[in-house]
Amino acid sequence: MFKVFDIAGSAMTAQSQRLNVVASNLANIDSATSSDGQVYKAKQVVFETTPLSKAQRNVAGVRVREVVEDTAPPRLVYDPTSPFADGNGYVTFPNVNAVEEMVNMISASRSYQTNADMMNTAKTMLLKTLQLGQ
Amino acid sequence: MLGKIDREFAFLEKAIKLRTFRQELIASNIANADTPGYKAKDIDFANALSGAVGNRGDLALSTTHRRHLGPAEGSAMGAQVLYRLEKQASIDGNTVDTDTELANFTDNAVRYQAELTFMNSRIRSLTSAMQTR
Repeated sequence: MFKVFDIAGSAMTAQSQRLNVVASNLANIDSATSSDGQVYKAKQVVFETTPLSKAQRNVAGVRVREVVEDTAPPRLVYDPTSPFADGNGYVTFPNVNAVEEMVNMISASRSYQTNADMMNTAKTMLLKTLQLGQ
Repeated sequence: MLGKIDREFAFLEKAIKLRTFRQELIASNIANADTPGYKAKDIDFANALSGAVGNRGDLALSTTHRRHLGPAEGSAMGAQVLYRLEKQASIDGNTVDTDTELANFTDNAVRYQAELTFMNSRIRSLTSAMQTR
């Protein structure tokens, strides 16, 4: 039963990492440049199943395998007065899609809540087990 | 004498162990609700319990070669882990339906607590039998 805590905990870590990435994407939605001069690229997390032990491969948590950059084309806005405008007067903005990020955010927070609920249930069950025979 | 008391608890002990394993399986399903390609898993509880009670679960084949087949891997009490029939799979190959899994999770938790109650009442009746003079 203690494994439920490990499983739910790994999922909560992964989902909060996803939430962090969403926050980073949304915060940079209007960043026309960055500290290294390149325009920001939207980032997405990739989840991976991780078995808790070799003996029981079916009981598995989850972790973030990698953070990949979105390959969608950047958003071009015509603004010749901007200092970041190119020769044709276009400013390159990050390829962040606000709607997608909001959906991602809600999905991540729902998953996080479900896993927290799961942990609560497991805790109740364990406490009941500890009272066995009393 | 103590062996008889052990036999009193054997059935419920196996049932509780299987419930714990099922709870962990369903927890894995819920945790992996957003993992691409993950397939939801579960056990047939009635089948697994009758297998465990009939002592099929505790029997392991003796293996004299490393390529001999062992008992069912990644399982507890010899229970057979099955893939859940998918209702509406995602385009990334994930077959977890969080609502179904949550319902199963809660159902399993309640039944686990019921078994704990049965266990408690059995302990109580044994204790009272010992105290009668």
